Amino acid sequence: MEATPKEQTKEQPKLIVSIGPHVRTDESTAKIMWTVNGALLPAALMSIYYFGLPAVMVLAVCIFTAMITEAAIQKMLKKEIAVADGSAFLTGLLIAMNCPANIPLHIPAIGTFVAIGITKQLFGGLGYNVFNPALIGRALILISFPKAMTTFTHPVANIMAFDAKTMATPLTVLKEDGVAKLLELYPNIYQNLLLGNRAGSLGETATIALLLGAAFLMIKRYITWHIPIPFILTVAAATWMFGGKEGLFTGDALFHVMAGGLVLGAFYMATDYVTGPSVRSAQIVFGIACGILTVLIRLKGGYPEGVMFAILIMNCFAPLLDRGMRSKVFGKAEAKGVKK
Amino acid sequence: MEATTVNASATFEGGVHPSGNKELSAHKPTVPAAIPKRAVIPLSQHIGAPCKPLAVIGQEVKKGEKIGETGGFVSAPVHASISGKVTAIGAFPHSMGSDLPAIVIESDGKDEWVAGLKETVDYNVLSPDELKKMVSDAGIVGMGGATFPTHVKLSPPKEKPIDVVILNGAECEPYLTSDHRLMVEKPKEIVEGLRILMRILGVKKGHIGIEANKPDAIEALKKTVAGASDIEVWPVKVKYPQGAEKMLIKAIANRTVPAGGLPMDCGVVVQNVGTAAAIYDAVRFGRPLIERYVTVTGRGVKEPKNFLARIGTPFSQLIEEAGGLTEDAAKVIAGGPMMGMSQFSLDVPVIKGTSGILVLPQAEVSTKSYGPCIRCARCIDACPMMLQPSLLGLFIEKGHYEDAKDYNLMDCFECGSCTFVCPANRPMVQWVKRAKRELAKKKN
Repeated sequence: MEATPKEQTKEQPKLIVSIGPHVRTDESTAKIMWTVNGALLPAALMSIYYFGLPAVMVLAVCIFTAMITEAAIQKMLKKEIAVADGSAFLTGLLIAMNCPANIPLHIPAIGTFVAIGITKQLFGGLGYNVFNPALIGRALILISFPKAMTTFTHPVANIMAFDAKTMATPLTVLKEDGVAKLLELYPNIYQNLLLGNRAGSLGETATIALLLGAAFLMIKRYITWHIPIPFILTVAAATWMFGGKEGLFTGDALFHVMAGGLVLGAFYMATDYVTGPSVRSAQIVFGIACGILTVLIRLKGGYPEGVMFAILIMNCFAPLLDRGMRSKVFGKAEAKGVKK
Repeated sequence: MEATTVNASATFEGGVHPSGNKELSAHKPTVPAAIPKRAVIPLSQHIGAPCKPLAVIGQEVKKGEKIGETGGFVSAPVHASISGKVTAIGAFPHSMGSDLPAIVIESDGKDEWVAGLKETVDYNVLSPDELKKMVSDAGIVGMGGATFPTHVKLSPPKEKPIDVVILNGAECEPYLTSDHRLMVEKPKEIVEGLRILMRILGVKKGHIGIEANKPDAIEALKKTVAGASDIEVWPVKVKYPQGAEKMLIKAIANRTVPAGGLPMDCGVVVQNVGTAAAIYDAVRFGRPLIERYVTVTGRGVKEPKNFLARIGTPFSQLIEEAGGLTEDAAKVIAGGPMMGMSQFSLDVPVIKGTSGILVLPQAEVSTKSYGPCIRCARCIDACPMMLQPSLLGLFIEKGHYEDAKDYNLMDCFECGSCTFVCPANRPMVQWVKRAKRELAKKKN
């Protein structure tokens, strides 16, 4: 073949060359994170309504600590500073939602620092952490400061609620004193649980606000039903079966679903993309297992609430579930019968 | 512009919904592009062995004259698309990415057909083998973009009987409307082409699958086959990649092509509607494949249009005929935005697989870098092959190609759905291409 000198027909315009696809959705990591933050806003506002300024301070301290820690570590590791992606904000917000309102502020600050610094950044940053950072942060301070973390106050619905009286959470009352005492302390129990008019962590109280945000996230398909719904249904079924004092099938499922941190945990923490499985069928198993563990801890364990430990334990199994339940590749089954 | 679709439920699992952007050119009747003064005809316009040049420099050639002989069974000859003089044989820019051997013809302005083209009024008098030879001699390849030599698909081994032929008019790539226009303008040719295909393969029933966003094409073809029971027209759901062979077979025949296998492994042959029309031309008029429908579109050209263009026409000419590039034109793509290849030169010629030239303006070209995988599973939901693109990406990013292979890397046909939906902007397709190349290197 003869070589011919290449002729340029015309001056070429400057063109961008890259591998396709050449169009993308307008979805981004930051958009997802900020949307989840937004979905938590109604619940955060409800907590401020019930617990006043102390709630604002806990929220502020956690979010501030999270973002500062993230930025500082990214700077130290000479990584791109990615605080604007909203993921650190979300971790801070979630830790605040998991604390009582009148807690000494250094405690949530420590929890947040550990969550971002150790659980997230030391494991490689966004996308690489094994455990849900907010839950590790909370587990650490719950174990280290058990008294402060379990001293809850009356939802007085007063902005200056600094000296609100302490009050036990419904789950604690149930565990330690039984149903009679519970109903004495909490009349109209379901209504109050739904609205958040009860003692508890900031974000676990107003069930209705949490459900609102969750519905929004599901409609936008930012989260799917595969983890939270099996999680909640399992807790409901298991507490109905085994949660009653008068034998099988006498438990109060509705109470158990709304009383603790289940709604917050199931919709906002078990659904964390990074630390849960990504294969849909594995997510269902993950949700059911979280539910079983939660009920085991609530009914048989030493703590009144089990959502946090249940999710953390299942975080360990997420990669295994993904591996074991790999989706069936298109045409793989048919391929076995075909001679190549 | 009316946004009409017809109801269609036939489809596959997974997939994505990029904006169609077809309204830019969908309702513009096809116009013949100017005959190029200088046609660059690559010897490689198909998957398989490149052609050996038959012409020599200085030789006078006529339109339709064979100038490149097949390089093997999986190969297809190339023909002069204009009449004139061969002025160069050498390496020229090619839309598949690098410089490849091509024959250059300078036009003599006469545009004369080569003598001896044989017309056939009734192809039913010809045997399947004679018909197949006509297809092969005409240099016909898959015109949807894959450019697999058509006669090879029409020669299944005996142990793989074919009982279904499907014409692919899905055109699921955004922007492209060349198949759409062809179906509206030449439905008879397409249907006759399909009947020839059915005769070659000895199949009694033919199907035509069209995405539901082309109601005029569906109607044109339905009208053409009205009263006949041998061909059925199927509206299929508007979803990318509905036009991928495996997905179309799933939607229409409800059969699953085995992983690593071909449509013939489940008794199906799929051909693009353009290929069918080319087959009709080859059999009826004896004309080899020397021209095709090409959509020139995107917000980076001034007047998007559909052209009937000669093979070898430079992209620059068609872009000029479409009003030229806009000030902010930034990316020129051969094919659609999902699987098309971006070009670094406008000298590249139209080849048999060029369904469109898409020009994107700066504002529509993302140059964002990518971030860490947040394992959101959007890519897993989108993958029509049911793979885990997120994991493939994580493996390949770190160079673990063998692990990627264990996770069914080889079943990926690079449709780009995963990359399209990724919120972290991760370049999965690019990585998959890299891993396949690295694994092939290791094997050799």
